[in-house]
Amino acid sequence: MADPMRIRANVVGDSTEVKVLMNHEMETGQRKDAQGKTVPAWFIQSVTATYNGKTVLSAQWGPAVAKNPFLSFKFKGGAKGEKVQITWTDNRGDKRTDEATIS
Amino acid sequence: MTLLTMLAAAGWLRPETVLAADAWNAAAFDTKSMDDTMKALGGGTPVPSTGIAFVQTPDIAENGAVVPIGIASTIPNTQSIAILIEKNPNTLTAVFDIPPGTDPSISTRVKMGQSSNVYALVKADGKYYYAAKEIKVTLGGCGG
Repeated sequence: MADPMRIRANVVGDSTEVKVLMNHEMETGQRKDAQGKTVPAWFIQSVTATYNGKTVLSAQWGPAVAKNPFLSFKFKGGAKGEKVQITWTDNRGDKRTDEATIS
Repeated sequence: MTLLTMLAAAGWLRPETVLAADAWNAAAFDTKSMDDTMKALGGGTPVPSTGIAFVQTPDIAENGAVVPIGIASTIPNTQSIAILIEKNPNTLTAVFDIPPGTDPSISTRVKMGQSSNVYALVKADGKYYYAAKEIKVTLGGCGG
C-alpha cells in the first residue's frame, strides 16, 4: 500500500482551496538502471477529488508529472469541518484514497 | 469455449482499465506532437487565446525534474485544462477536467527533459484554445 497523501483544505472567501501532495515514484519508463535495463513506467493515471459526494476535480496524468505529485485547485462552497476526498489510481492498478477536513 | 471467453468475444467483458469510470486515454498520452494530441483528444485546431495565463511558472527551471506549472483560464465555460510539453518524449502531460463550480485554475509540478515550449490547452464550450510559454531547463528531468 502506498504512503498516505498530505491534503490541506482551507476556506478562502466563498471557496475551498485544496492542496495535495501525493507519495508516488512517477517512474517515466524512459530511465535505465545500472544494468542498462529500462525501468518500467509506474505512475498515477487518474486523480479524483470529491466533496459531498460530488466530483470537484478529475484529472488524467501521464508519466511526466513530477515525482511525489503536487496538485492545487479551488472549488466554490465548502465549510469548516466538512470533508474532501482525494483518490488516485496508478498504472499498476494500485489505488489510494485519503480525506481531509476543511479548515 | 467457456462462457467467459464467449462474453469476452462478444465484447461484453472488457479489460478493467476500460471499465474505470474515467478511463485513461492511452492514445492521447502516447502522442509526440501537439497536432497528434489534438487528434487523439478528438478536438480541432486550437486557437491562441489571451484568456489563458501561466501563474507561478518559471521562465527558467533549474531542475527539470520538478517544474511548477500553474494555469488559469478566464474563458467562460472552461471544461478542461491540459498541459502539453513539446519536447518531452510524449507531449501530453496532464488533463484536468473542471466541473462547474470549480475554479478554472490548477497548479501542479511536471518533469521536463529539456528546454521546451509548454502549452496550456483549454477546452471551453467544446472548443479548444491554447497559450504557450517557453521554459528553459538547465538540468533535465527525464532519463538521466
